[in-house]
Amino acid sequence: MFLINCPFCGEREQSEFKAGGEAHIIRPKQPTELSDDEWAEYLFMRKNIKGVQFERWNHAHGCRKWFNVVRDTSNDEIKAVYKMGEKPPTI
Amino acid sequence: MTKSLRVKTGKIIDETYRISFKFNGKTYYGFKGDTLASALLANDVHLVGRSFKYHRPRGIMTAGSEEPNAIIQLHKNSSRTEPNVRATEVEIYEGLEASSQNCWPSVEFDIGGINNFLSPLLPAGFYYKTFMWPASFWEKYEYFIRKSAGLGKSPTEPDPDVYEHKYVHCDVLVIGSGISGIMAAKTAAKNGLQTLLVDEKPILGGSTIYQNSENFKINNQNSGSWLEKEINEIKKISNLDIKVRTSVAAYHGYNFLLARESLTDHLPIEQRKNKTRHKLLKIRAKKVICATGSIERPLIFNNNDRPGILLSSAIKRYADLFGVSCGEKNVLLTNNDSAYETAISLIQKGINIEAIIDNREEVDSKLVYEIEKNNIKIYKGFTVVDTSGYKRINKLSIMKLSKDGQKVIGSKINLPCNCLGISGGWTPAVHLFTQSGGKLKFREDDQVFIPNTHPSDQISIGSCNGDLSLEDILINVPNTLKEFLGIKKTEYENIEVLSSENFSKRNIWLLPSDKVLGKTKSFVDYQNDATAKDIKLALREGFRSIEHVKRYTTTGMGTDQGKLGNMHALGIISETAGTKMGEHGTTTFRPPYTPLTFGTIVGRNVGEYFDIFRKTPIHDWHVENKAEFENVGQWKRAWYYPKDNEDMYQAVQRESKAARESAGILDASTLGKIDIQGTDASEFLNRVYTNSWSKLAIGKCRYGLMLNEDGMVYDDGVTTRLGENHYIMTTTTGGAANVLSKLEDYLQTEWPELDVYLTSVTDHYATISVCGPNSRNIVSTIIDDLDFSDENFPHMSFKNAKIGKINCRVMRISFTGELSYEINIQANYAKSVWEKCIEAGKDFNITPYGTETMHLLRAEKGFIIVGQDTDGTMTPIDLQMDWIVSKKKYDYIGKRSLYRSDTIREDRKQLVGLLTENPDDVLEEGAQIVANINKTPIEMLGHVTSSYYSPNLKKSIALAVVKGGKNMMGEKLIIPMENKSINVTIADPIFLDKENKKLNA
Amino acid sequence: MMKNKYSIFSLIKNAFSYHENWQKAWKDPQPKKEYDVIIIGGGGHGLATAYYLAKKHDLKNIAVVEKGWIGGGNTGRNTTIIRSNYLWDASAGLYDHALKIWENLSQELNYNVMFSQRGVMNLAHNLQDVRDLKRRTHANRLNGIDAVYLNTQQVKEFCPIINTSPDIRYPVLGGTLQRRAGTARHDAVAWGYARGADEMGVDIIQNCEVKGIKRNNGAVEGIETTRGLIKTKKIGVVAAGHSSVIANMAGLKLPLESKPLQALVSEPVKPVIDTVVMSNAVHAYVSQSDKGELVIGAGTDDYVSYSQKGSHEIVEGTLNAILELYPIFSRMRMLRQWGGIVDICPDASPIVSKTNIKGLYFNCGWGTGGFKATPGSGDLFAHTIANDEPHKLNAAFNLNRFISGDLVDEHGAAAVAH
Repeated sequence: MFLINCPFCGEREQSEFKAGGEAHIIRPKQPTELSDDEWAEYLFMRKNIKGVQFERWNHAHGCRKWFNVVRDTSNDEIKAVYKMGEKPPTI
Repeated sequence: MTKSLRVKTGKIIDETYRISFKFNGKTYYGFKGDTLASALLANDVHLVGRSFKYHRPRGIMTAGSEEPNAIIQLHKNSSRTEPNVRATEVEIYEGLEASSQNCWPSVEFDIGGINNFLSPLLPAGFYYKTFMWPASFWEKYEYFIRKSAGLGKSPTEPDPDVYEHKYVHCDVLVIGSGISGIMAAKTAAKNGLQTLLVDEKPILGGSTIYQNSENFKINNQNSGSWLEKEINEIKKISNLDIKVRTSVAAYHGYNFLLARESLTDHLPIEQRKNKTRHKLLKIRAKKVICATGSIERPLIFNNNDRPGILLSSAIKRYADLFGVSCGEKNVLLTNNDSAYETAISLIQKGINIEAIIDNREEVDSKLVYEIEKNNIKIYKGFTVVDTSGYKRINKLSIMKLSKDGQKVIGSKINLPCNCLGISGGWTPAVHLFTQSGGKLKFREDDQVFIPNTHPSDQISIGSCNGDLSLEDILINVPNTLKEFLGIKKTEYENIEVLSSENFSKRNIWLLPSDKVLGKTKSFVDYQNDATAKDIKLALREGFRSIEHVKRYTTTGMGTDQGKLGNMHALGIISETAGTKMGEHGTTTFRPPYTPLTFGTIVGRNVGEYFDIFRKTPIHDWHVENKAEFENVGQWKRAWYYPKDNEDMYQAVQRESKAARESAGILDASTLGKIDIQGTDASEFLNRVYTNSWSKLAIGKCRYGLMLNEDGMVYDDGVTTRLGENHYIMTTTTGGAANVLSKLEDYLQTEWPELDVYLTSVTDHYATISVCGPNSRNIVSTIIDDLDFSDENFPHMSFKNAKIGKINCRVMRISFTGELSYEINIQANYAKSVWEKCIEAGKDFNITPYGTETMHLLRAEKGFIIVGQDTDGTMTPIDLQMDWIVSKKKYDYIGKRSLYRSDTIREDRKQLVGLLTENPDDVLEEGAQIVANINKTPIEMLGHVTSSYYSPNLKKSIALAVVKGGKNMMGEKLIIPMENKSINVTIADPIFLDKENKKLNA
Repeated sequence: MMKNKYSIFSLIKNAFSYHENWQKAWKDPQPKKEYDVIIIGGGGHGLATAYYLAKKHDLKNIAVVEKGWIGGGNTGRNTTIIRSNYLWDASAGLYDHALKIWENLSQELNYNVMFSQRGVMNLAHNLQDVRDLKRRTHANRLNGIDAVYLNTQQVKEFCPIINTSPDIRYPVLGGTLQRRAGTARHDAVAWGYARGADEMGVDIIQNCEVKGIKRNNGAVEGIETTRGLIKTKKIGVVAAGHSSVIANMAGLKLPLESKPLQALVSEPVKPVIDTVVMSNAVHAYVSQSDKGELVIGAGTDDYVSYSQKGSHEIVEGTLNAILELYPIFSRMRMLRQWGGIVDICPDASPIVSKTNIKGLYFNCGWGTGGFKATPGSGDLFAHTIANDEPHKLNAAFNLNRFISGDLVDEHGAAAVAH
């Protein structure tokens, strides 16, 4: 059970947060222009990385804010935390 | 009378406080401070239980939580019964009752003992190779296998005790209160750190506290006395919290640990009332110091499992701490100096030692010389090759070891013996360290695994770190602490230590015998009866990984989790396979360290606290009026209100009729309510709902359907425009939290440019829905300054109003198809407003109705319930709700998915109405629908989603989803039930008032 | 080489020689330079695939490569529940195919996998559960699957230790029972298939981790491993939680997320529960192993992780549910707790499919419930690899469904997804 450093509230137990999956998958601005394949890519296909993953978390039982986390999924070590819209750190 | 083997006063025994207890029905006596094991040993009881597979007699082997054999059932046939309790951990109390388990009819004479004679047929994994014929018989074999397996018996009554959780935050957690732990706790606390020291035993001090020998001294005092002074000092430190009887069960990542503090298990039953039994400490420590000590290794030789065979260190502990001699004819078998410490203690206490058998040939050790001075025979370079005595060891045979230690030579010598102490050196207790993700390294010198890399802010100190001598501890621990805690100095800088043992060891994982291995029983895992030959068999059959061997032989899978034998299993594997230790891996030590009671893990989350009850502000009224309730998510909703012994069907028929004919009232407070504000609120709604919101006038309401991004219906509800930039959205009861979370997600991450704010107001407002032809008459009575005329207040509109001085919002919306008003009012006024409505409705037979009637009324009207008529696979088109899907809008959540090759198919399942051939046949919700019953495989076209007998239409009606149903109006289909088939016709899902006359009345 | 047959007679015979003459259950070969088919992943599904490739498709030059030890992933970590009472036709067809193989598997493999048809019960705790379970039962009946609906009284009769009091937080309103369902001994399934495959000449190569997939012109050529390059034209990936890792090596993305799933066992006790009971609303499932341990499954965490560790809340929540339904277990003790990595598809159904790379096949996405499918999955995947096209029973479980939208939505349909 890891600790997540919410950029708005500080360090809290992971159980206060809800995971939102891989980050930086931007919802297409013009979905109707996409082929079924391209739309499926957005909708379902994931890198599902073993290793350093950029992902979204929501402080669901706290400030309810969404933000990004860089976490090594092989050992759950969190490398960085940054707000939505901020530039991802280089890890 | 039984013999007493009590010798000189033990360190923690209070001989003035006698306690009686029962074991297998017989009454015995012990003293305050005794464990069940020490008290039994004092009464010369060694036979305690039977082993898992061969039902061999077993006794007490250890003095701690590593005990594999002496496990008993506590208080059988009572609500406080507990299986598989280690006698070595139970502190006795007046009235304690323990019994042997896994034996029948008794531990003395156990029918299952026959397995011991069948053992040649029962090698490791025998069950994979047989019981396959005849094929249908496995369950019959299994019945007997299951009966003979298992150890104790599960309780059969609910638990009378209570458990609690506590969150603990500290700067430093020290696990273990042996000499290293005490030094660490004192150093941390004295440096101003908030420190918690825990130990699983009832007293502090580990194994040093009862050291009373001239051979081990600190600053010229014997080490036990020195430590006692340290302990007395630390008890006075205010920022040091000390918890005994507290066992750390699990060490998770990020220094999160679980520990069980046992509070009443040592008390007589009558003193446990109203007290918490266990407290589960959820510890978040900035730094963790593992001082978990080490566990003495047994030795593996033929028949090494008989009652009366104990770890040498346990014999010492029983003598020193409890004043108990484990036997009169004591023999010690060792490969290192530790057994000599035991011997010295026994000599001090006047306990007879017959002989010491030392695997080592030559030893230059002060301890050995001291024993020799006492004229005790030492057989150097010898080993035990066999033992005898069925229920208690009575004799052993020894032989000389060959030079390489792989064979025995010379002639056999028999020695009388009723207690054999064995010492195979020490295994650092690294279980918690590895649980935390720590990696081990192997130290060849003494064949131990010790911590290598630490994954979090933690250290291991003392013998769990491989510092097995007093000297190493006093030199290394202070240095390690300085570095770890970032301090310059400890109190232990210039300490004088005398430590007399010699650290030579002759490590032989499997001691040789004069018999071939196949004829021996050398137990590696005592509880599960896994022997050395089982391990070798597994290797022979191609199992190589330690995990394979463990699973095939069940080594290390008992309730002691292999604390004693796992190292030997690894050793035998690497010896047999000719590989290096550690090359086949170490088995993972899975949490918990010692088994943890379910009740402890659950704490107070039982019974009424299992999950919260959400109740509406009008709940008490429903209770007073005898409502039956339905669970909807966490909510308790009034389901129906039976009158005069009505059953549900009768009540619902009455309620439904009343609502259509005159007036009904429903508590709709559980619907989710989200307050939406901001200059982009309309645009936001455009993006989340399938229909268009830009043109909704202030004061108007609109129904909306929300999709998932995959195009499937997710939620629905009515949203009202309260002002230019202000809406109130309603959601389904069950979907409220998820909808808000989803909307926040889009708002914050996809559309941060939108100026929109979302607030859940579900609990702030109650919703009272009054419906029926007379609803206007009723609502206008209690809201007197509002014009309720259809012109001023048409369907799908809203008005601010006042009831007395209280502001409320009134929406004219309808889920029943009747003229209907929803009063939204601040929650704390809700019950009185409800009662006002009831009062005002008296003349109109206003009838409270519950969710069941609501479901029926809306079904008559063909309104869907998301989650009942949809299941995550229905698009709005499937629901024949094309009218709500905007063709003009460029985008909204889920739009793109509606145009995939599968979602545009014409023959998808579509929502339809169903009428039964016999209007009295009410279909079962969930029943499947077919066209042709004779076709195999039978093709299912869909299923019944909602079904009722409509009192207003006087016939059965149903909603269903049917493949291609949209174009099958009037077609006949079949509902095949178990015992009959029901003929149905596809109909319009709107059964009543298609023209909405009632709504707009 | 023919193995010696396991039976009570061979046990007796070997007892005379102190069990010194048993053969290896499988060999430990060095990898060859090239194979006709390589299966990546030596779990139950992978070994079963190799077994059926050799047995039914006349392929002999097959290897299974495993980075650790066979059966060490989810095969050896699951709660061993086997059932086929799925809602949708495609799922029911797939899982019942497996169940039929289970019914004779010990004899087929000459290895006792201890398949025990003690029944699986699913409980309903609210009115929607009741509707969903009835819907499923009707569908099962028409699909020829032996599921029946039980009322609360019948639930109590079948499993007396369940607390069916109407006063609990979420009372038991009913349930379904599939009597042919049950449990099996998980390790034995991997070992039995390994022994059977080995006998037919399949190379089982342990401690061999795949590091890359060699491709040329959109077709596979071989695998790079920690034990060197191995050539092949067909690769079947059965890597469960690590499927995406292998897919990424081939430049593919899959609709999967790998999440922690935890389970635990109690200390062993004498028989106390003689069936498998699952509940979705009060989330927990429990059975008792032949050894006597209560085997309890928890849910998944909601984040991606390959750490084989989940959060304590999940375990706590599961035991809360267990004590709600079985208050007599309060004084039982948790003996061991562990985690696995489960690969979950958006529709909670598996993928047994070709890919757009020639010779590359995936069998994954079994989520929390793959064990029960092991024999069927192996059989159908073998068919798919051998014929380069799916069998009709796994046709619906293709990768294309995520593009067309033709999902097999088992969790959307509120079936218990285990």
